[in-house]
Formats: sequence, C-alpha cells, structure tokens
Amino acid sequence: MAWQRKDLLGLADLSAEETETLLRSALSFKGVFQRSVKKFPTLRGKTVVNLFYEPSTRTRSSFEIAGKWLSADVINVSVSNSSVVKGESLKDTAKTLEAMGVDAIVLRHSVAGTPQYLARCLRPAVINAGDGAHEHPTQALLDLLTLKERWDSFQDKDALIIGDIRHSRVAKSNIYGLRRLGAKVTVCGPATLIPPGLEKLGVEVAESLDDAKLETADLIYVLRIQRERQEEGLFPSLREYSRLFGLNAARMERTKPEVVVMHPGPANLGVEITTEVAYSKASSIQEQVTNGVAVRMAVLYHLIGGGRQSVDLD
Amino acid sequence: MSILIKQGKLLLKDTDGHHLTAGSLRIEGSRIVSIGRDIQPQAGDIIIDATDKIVGPGLIDTHVHLREPGREDKETIATGAKAAAAGGFTTIVCMPNTTPPIDSGATISAILLKAKEASVRVIPVGCVTKGRKGQELAEIGELVEAGVWGISDDGDPIVDGEIMRRALEYSRPFGIPVISHAEDPRLMGKGVMHEGFISTILGLPGIPAEAESVMVARDLLLAKATNSWVHIAHVSTKESIELITAAKARGIKVSCEVTPHHLVLTDEAVQSFDTNTKVNPPLRSKEHVEALRKALTSGVIDCIATDHAPHTWEEKDCDYMQAEFGLIGLETALPLLYTHLVKPGLLELATLWERMSYQPAKLLGLTDHGLAVGNRADIVIMDEALAKTVDPKTFFSRSSNTPFAGEQLFGWPVVTIVGGNIAFGEAK
Repeated sequence: MAWQRKDLLGLADLSAEETETLLRSALSFKGVFQRSVKKFPTLRGKTVVNLFYEPSTRTRSSFEIAGKWLSADVINVSVSNSSVVKGESLKDTAKTLEAMGVDAIVLRHSVAGTPQYLARCLRPAVINAGDGAHEHPTQALLDLLTLKERWDSFQDKDALIIGDIRHSRVAKSNIYGLRRLGAKVTVCGPATLIPPGLEKLGVEVAESLDDAKLETADLIYVLRIQRERQEEGLFPSLREYSRLFGLNAARMERTKPEVVVMHPGPANLGVEITTEVAYSKASSIQEQVTNGVAVRMAVLYHLIGGGRQSVDLD
Repeated sequence: MSILIKQGKLLLKDTDGHHLTAGSLRIEGSRIVSIGRDIQPQAGDIIIDATDKIVGPGLIDTHVHLREPGREDKETIATGAKAAAAGGFTTIVCMPNTTPPIDSGATISAILLKAKEASVRVIPVGCVTKGRKGQELAEIGELVEAGVWGISDDGDPIVDGEIMRRALEYSRPFGIPVISHAEDPRLMGKGVMHEGFISTILGLPGIPAEAESVMVARDLLLAKATNSWVHIAHVSTKESIELITAAKARGIKVSCEVTPHHLVLTDEAVQSFDTNTKVNPPLRSKEHVEALRKALTSGVIDCIATDHAPHTWEEKDCDYMQAEFGLIGLETALPLLYTHLVKPGLLELATLWERMSYQPAKLLGLTDHGLAVGNRADIVIMDEALAKTVDPKTFFSRSSNTPFAGEQLFGWPVVTIVGGNIAFGEAK
C-alpha cells in the first residue's frame, strides 16, 4: 500500500494497513538508535513547526528530536494563554506559518477538532499531537509499537485501560488502535469518568478493578488522573481514587507474570500507580518514551518525506 | 394594488380539513377578495401564474433573532425580514435578547417603528425580567400594551424557580405565554454538543438531554400550579416530548415549538467539527429526532420555529469550543422540511402547513390568517419541483451560518405576498 495521507489527525479512520506501515517504519528507525550518529538526510530543507497551545515537555521534545534526526529544521511555537486572550486566532497563526513556507504543523490544542479545522484550511501537513479529549494518535502509535515489540500478535490480547476515560485522548486513540489490530479492550474507572456509548466501539466497561479481570490482562494501561476532575466534583478525592483504582503491588499479584504495564506519562506516582509498579519489570514506561521518537520519525517521514512505502534500513 | 394568482394548487382549509384545490385567488389592497376555479383579471391586476405550484397561507415563525438593536453586524430587522420573505414567511416573532434587551415599552416601540418598514410583519417578544438578568420582573403590563406576543428571557433560562412561578402567575391575566428556554445551566456546564456516543468519540464536552427535560418538567408543573400558559421554545428531547404529552392530556396550558434543524439533523453532523452544527439546544441523537418527528405528526408539537440565530463569519470561523451557538434558518426552513419530510412521504404537506402556518397563527391570535375571502393577503407560492443548492452567498440574511450549505433541496418559495404586497419574488 502506498502512503496517501496529507495529515495525521487520529487513529479513528487509520486502517490496519496504514497503522502497520507506520509501525514498521518506526521499527526500522529505532534500529539505528544505538548508533553514535543517528541522523538521516531525509527531511533536509523541510521545516516542522511544533505549535503547542498546551504545555508539554515530552511530546514536544519527542517531535523535536524526531524532526532533527531526520535533518528537518524544527521550530517550537508555544502559544501562551495570554495571546489567545489578545485575540490571535488559531487559524491566523497557522496561516502565518503556512505563508512562511513550513511543511508540517504539529498541533497540540485543548479543543477537540482543532487539527481537523486546520487541516481543512492549510496546505502543510497537520499532525495531531493531542486535541482536547479527542485523539492523540502518535501516543497510541508509540504504545502500539511498544506492544508490537513484546507480542507476536495483537489478536485476542486482553487490554485493560484504567482511569479517566471520559477526558482521555490517549484512551480514545488506543482503543481505536488496539481494536483495529485485533486486541480486546476493557476500560475501568469511576462511573463519572466513563463516557456513554463505548460499547459501540466494541469496548467492555468494568465498574471496579474487582470486575476488571486483572488475572487475564495482557496489558494494563494506566491513565494520568487530573486533579481538576476532583475539583469539578467528578470523584471525591485522590485518596479514594488511589484506593479504588490505583495500580499497586497487591493488585499486580493478581496479574499474569508477562503482563505489560503502560502509562503515557507524566505519572502521579502514588496516585494512579505506585512508584514500585511504575519501575517494575512489567513496566514499559521508559521504552514508550524511546519509541515515541521512532514513531514520530516514521510519521514525519511518511507525511512530508515522500515516504510511500515503509522504511527498510537493513 | 391588486394581484391575481392564476391557476395554482390552493391549500384551502375548512371544517372538514385541508383541500388542495386547483384555482385562482384575487387580492385587493391587503385582503383576499375572491377565490374560485377561474377568475378573470381586472384592469390593473398584477398577474402571477402559479401553474403547478402550491399556493398556501404565509408561513409564521414564532422564534427568530433579529439582533437589532446592538448587533447589526449579524442581522437587522430589515435584513432578517427580507430573509423571512425569501423563505416564505409573512410573520415573524423576534426575541428580546438584544443589546440593550427589549424589556420596556420604549424599546418595543422602537422595534415596531423599524418593523413598519420591514418586508414582513414583525411581532416582538419582551423580556420576562428587567435587563434579562433573571432577577426582577420586567413591566409586563407595559410590554403587553406596547404589543408583545409573549415574554421570554430566551438565550438564557430563568434559573430561579420563584421568578418563573411569579412570571407565569403575573402574566396570566394578560393572556400571554411565558416562553421558556428550558435549560439547567449546571447540567449544561461547558457542554457544546449532545452528550452521547458521538460526544464520546469526538471528545467534546456534552450537554445531557436532561439539561432541557428537567426544566421542562419544572415549567409544566409551575404552569399547572399557576393555571398559566407556558410555551416551550425549541423542544429537542424525547423526555420533553413525553412530559408535554402528559401535560396536554392533563389540560395544562402548554404549547411548544421545534426547529427544522432538530427535525433533520442528528448529532452525527457534528463529526465534521463544522461549527455551524453548534447550536443550543444541541443537535440530538436519532432516538430524540424520531420522537420529535412523531410529535410533529401527532400535534403534540404545535409549531415549527426556526430559532434563526445569525452570527458573523468570525464568530463561527474558529474552534468548536469558542464558536457561538446558533444557526440561521429562515431561508431554508420550508425547502429543508419539504425535502426531508414531505417528499419522502414522512409528513403530509397539509400537516407541514399546519405546523408552519395555521397553528402558529392560532398561537399568535391572528384570526384573519388563511386562504379565505376577507382574510389578510399573507400568501406564499411554493414550487415543489424547483431544485436549488443552498448557497449562503445568495442569502438576504446578513449572516451565512448554516450547516446546510451545498445541499440540494426541493420545494422553494418563489413568491411571498405580505398584506397584499409582493415581498419576495416576481410576477411572471
């Protein structure tokens, strides 16, 4: 299959084939991470802008490194809330960047649908780096890559996602990706944080960790819990959240030895996951970060590097 | 001036019901003077050939936002009335959420003065509370004397149950409705679309159906307790319909309206992230739309009202959270409903006319409405076969915020006559 897309907006409509193409390329790029010189000339002369309307360290630096290792010029534009208040519109800012001749805009925004909005009116590639509670495709791709390295196949694997499903773009993108590659997905969290209609995505809902069949899970994906959800009255306290939904050593005793534990970071250690579990053998949190760079290289390569087939560096 | 409408399909109504009858109709001054199989023109008659076209009483919209005074960049009384005429409407009711709000006799008079020059009849609604602040009752007696149909703080709900109760009670002797924009602001929260499967996959904050339904329940109970008339604006949920059905069966004085977009679109339209699908109440899921369609046929829903809500380009050309709520509907309502409901056989043409013309006339107390000799000559001629693509560039409205742009629709109005004057279209 030859790569066709101009933009990467989400995993909802990304085919299994497209997903595999990106993952294969990412694996190839990752193969050279051990070398002392990791740079490829692929994107020489191309410009990538990280346009971030929300603070982010890991996603932004991951895209920056990915771009630089492909020899692109990478520019970071962090738009503070103050310039939003000043009335600088998203479209205006993006149009300005377009006029400067950039090739890709990596957008992080608190409002769902902003990448779609830009993609409709811009010539450069638009890469969604997280939009509201909608999607975070490169996060899900790096998670899938991490699993691909551990699993022979996704078919009938049991994935359990724990936390604030309602507000989580990471959960949404992972549900699409995991389902598309054949895994079963169960979500678990406070009833106030489970959004309606998930069954239509083929997802099961467990109302407590006791119902969640920790014993059969091949993947436990722990989401970050945002303090402001408690302030909004969606759950009583972090203490109770941790007691009911936190992943700790006692709960890990119920799991299979080969279970994979993931977290998109940054973790509230001691709240949704204990330090002990986060740094245990089951945890793949560090690998996820490494894979983030490989996946973003693959995305940039296919969207603006002219990559029509997956990269093969052997 | 005199007009002869020749050889149309006249939408007549008598005690037996509706009859689509071939015939002609003659107008002198502001009145219909004769209806017959074949009427000979008289000297000076403007002749309109209506062969193969529907000739019906003019449409009436009980809910539009004309934005004047205060936001003339979105719409004015003049442009909104022109848009109404182009849509086949002959009377429209304008909401008082302007800047300043229409909460006094003086502001009503100012509106009516401008309305005299407008292409269609404009009837204002006044505020329930002073300054639309939801705290103290406006001078309702003065508003009634100045000529309002009813009172409403539309755009916002009346959150305080005690104020709503007193508004209903106080307005009863005047025989006017209190128009309820039913919404619980806490349940609505920061929501921008219907809460359900689609809001889940889009990640946009949802508005539960109950944000409307619980307020409808409250207002029905208050109407019952005060024996007053409540008119529920833009009903959008299945549960609201169930409550109104039960209330009507118990003899509570309630009427209600539904918008064309709530009858035609579901929340799936939001998947495009097109900000023109952002409207309050939000586009609902299929089960709600089905309940609304049933209630429209059965008569639980009294009338169709567009909730025409113009906004500037900039107010819609932004992200979904930032965009204003609302869409315009005057120029698309009739072809939209004709195409989606009448043409596929889901609704009788006569029933559509009941909900868009006869019933709202009754609610407004317009006793001389309808195709009958002696009645006011408010008439629309509609071409069922005329197919046109919705193009906001051709709109008379100052705004273009419609989610229907680019859609091909049938059944467009071709001539609109208001009080004996041609307000839209040409004689040919």
